[in-house]
Amino acid sequence: MINYFNEMMENGAVRAPYAHLQGWVDQMPAELRNLKQAEAEALFRRIGITFAVYGEGGDPDRLIPFDMFPRVFSGREWTRLERGIKQRARALNAFLADVYDRGEIVRAGRIPAKLVYLNDAYEKVVAGIKPPKGVYSHIVGIDLVRTGPDDFFVLEDNCRTPSGVSYMLENREIMMRMFPELFSTNHIQPVEAYPEILRQTLASVAPEKCDREPNVVILTPGHFNSAYYEHSFLADMMGVELVEGQDLFVEGEFVWMRTTEGPRKVDVIYRRIDDAFLDPLCFRPDSMLGVPGLMDVYRSGGVSICSAPGAGVADDKAVYTFVPEMVRFYLGEEPILNNVPTWQCAKEDECKYVLDNLGELVVKEVHGSGGYGMLVGPKSTKEQIEIFRAKIEADPDNYIAQPTLALSTVPSFVEEGVAPRHVDLRPYCLVGERIALVPGGLTRVALREGSLVVNSSQGGGVKDTWVLAE
Amino acid sequence: MLSRTADNLFWLARYMERAETAARLLEVGARIAMLPNSEQGYRNEWEALLHANGTHDTFMKKYGDPVQRNIESHLFFDRENPSSVISCITAARENGRIVRTALTTQMWDALNTAFQEMRQIEREPRSDQSLNRLTDWTRRHCAMVRGAMDTTHLRNDGWDFLNIGYYLERADSTARLLDVKYWVLLPHADFVGSGLDNYQWRTLLRAMSLHRAFHWAYGGEITARKIAHFLILNPQTPRGLVPCVEALNLHLDRLARYYRRPTEAQSAARNMMARMFETSTETIFEEGLHEFLMRFISEIGDLGGRVHAAYLNGDVR
Repeated sequence: MINYFNEMMENGAVRAPYAHLQGWVDQMPAELRNLKQAEAEALFRRIGITFAVYGEGGDPDRLIPFDMFPRVFSGREWTRLERGIKQRARALNAFLADVYDRGEIVRAGRIPAKLVYLNDAYEKVVAGIKPPKGVYSHIVGIDLVRTGPDDFFVLEDNCRTPSGVSYMLENREIMMRMFPELFSTNHIQPVEAYPEILRQTLASVAPEKCDREPNVVILTPGHFNSAYYEHSFLADMMGVELVEGQDLFVEGEFVWMRTTEGPRKVDVIYRRIDDAFLDPLCFRPDSMLGVPGLMDVYRSGGVSICSAPGAGVADDKAVYTFVPEMVRFYLGEEPILNNVPTWQCAKEDECKYVLDNLGELVVKEVHGSGGYGMLVGPKSTKEQIEIFRAKIEADPDNYIAQPTLALSTVPSFVEEGVAPRHVDLRPYCLVGERIALVPGGLTRVALREGSLVVNSSQGGGVKDTWVLAE
Repeated sequence: MLSRTADNLFWLARYMERAETAARLLEVGARIAMLPNSEQGYRNEWEALLHANGTHDTFMKKYGDPVQRNIESHLFFDRENPSSVISCITAARENGRIVRTALTTQMWDALNTAFQEMRQIEREPRSDQSLNRLTDWTRRHCAMVRGAMDTTHLRNDGWDFLNIGYYLERADSTARLLDVKYWVLLPHADFVGSGLDNYQWRTLLRAMSLHRAFHWAYGGEITARKIAHFLILNPQTPRGLVPCVEALNLHLDRLARYYRRPTEAQSAARNMMARMFETSTETIFEEGLHEFLMRFISEIGDLGGRVHAAYLNGDVR
């Protein structure tokens, strides 16, 4: 029997950050709770926050379940997390700037050349380009799990376009609307500055050729994309245009957008589409989502692209193992946040260990995301394990394995009342001229009893995440 | 403003106006269906309204019999009918969703609430839904979107594109309704008509929610000239052609000033207005009501094309 760390209760006593919540939940009768839950759902629907699940039919306007029981960090806990997150974001950016330049870390033998230069996410076409301020990944989403009071592990890094930040902001708005009394009794640090800081971050990396207030835009794949709500929400909150590829064109040395008054120059593109779709002349020729010629303008310093093309090589699951090494190599510091121990199936001895212990491990595809293509050993049947064994044996380079972590739990509202459910955390670190982190993040919760998979595509929900003022 | 955003606003407004037209037709169609079937004339009324809606052939093929349930299915629920209330509100909401950033919270709220409630109505058993409830519901939500727009939207270029969408659609729909009934208004019928003629006139006014306004503005007998004047030339008629063209001029002039750039759309609208001011009911009947309306509909279509070229297609230089 694994002993899971409950973030609210320790040895039968309520932990300090949750002190005010015990009374709140005790005084809430079931009827009121149901009423509030329905109210929250109606609010989400009215605002239009919905989520389409990839590859599944059904309701395209599905809601991510919102759990009203908040997740709370003390100011002291957060201070340490914040230092660790910023440190990691700096190291990841230093790594990216290095591997598209001289590759010192490879020359020094601290990471295998093959893992970097033969990586699918390594974009040869941007080697030698120096993006403004040397920043490749402007929004770094770092997925964290907790196993004890002081034990945090980084599960994975997201250096391209981490999603979900709109939930962080809307969850808070909805909690403030429904339970204003909670905000007067608890001293909760606000997160609402995020869009403004994001805008400043993006503007701070405008190209040198830009000699006036930079025109920042968000590039979306379009309104059929599952994260479209988030794209339009952020554009709205930042006061910038939300564009599709068809709204942009290249002429001369610049990128322009089509407006009712004629072309208007674009300086910074916060893109929410993958590298492969950015420019059909440079990457996938069949892409209808991108802008032909965009990469030429980027190369000649006419436009900034955030995150920079090629940033994905830093969040690859095989490169992940080396992030602590990056912290030591570039920053000369010891990592504040630890990695989860990881076995590379690409290495023969580690692969053997993985195959011998499939029943206890979590196995992931190196390039997988969204909780797809993974095996949670202890929760799987013999057949499922055997299917995975065959997959790993066929293509070991494509898999890594980690121990099944004893993910912490936070009390959550469920059918029968309140019960602990497993959670993770994704804070969003902003990197431009300065590096910034708002006090909060997205807490995802596995609402199915016993489940350790928090992905919204696999039945996960979200919670408001509080950081208390010291 | 992005050309695509302007285009979405323009269509959002057109679809909301179209939804309202469908609801109005539904109300009229249902009134006709309640009359005894033996009167062949009343069936013609119903078919005439379908012609105005542009869906006569599809209706006949799919439903055949104009009984109330079929009328409701066709004009309210049928997603295959692009002019049904549900199709229009779905399209308007999708246009709105794409340009969320260009709408006020209240506008989006009004639009999205209509959409969510509509999906609820779709899930309920049909027997629970009275026709009045459906038409009232549609008119209420169209009014709420329009009201949210009037009270909260910035008076910026987006406001003009929304209005241009509304008034182009409205001018087109009024002209088409009139044209379908033009033969009723021919001068030789210009006397105190039979019960049937009166009924047809009233139906026409009712289709535009104007039967009481008409009496208020003119009084006395219902005559062809009065109706033609009321629906075409009277500057007070909310769904009339002159007020629509006036509003289109207002918004195109505003855009030209705002962007400091005159457009062909603007001059085309000005010419239309000038011609309307020179027109009297006499000249309309001299030209022939049908010919006049056909010309008007094609001018409105042409104006829509010029608006597209001047602002919406993204090739503006």
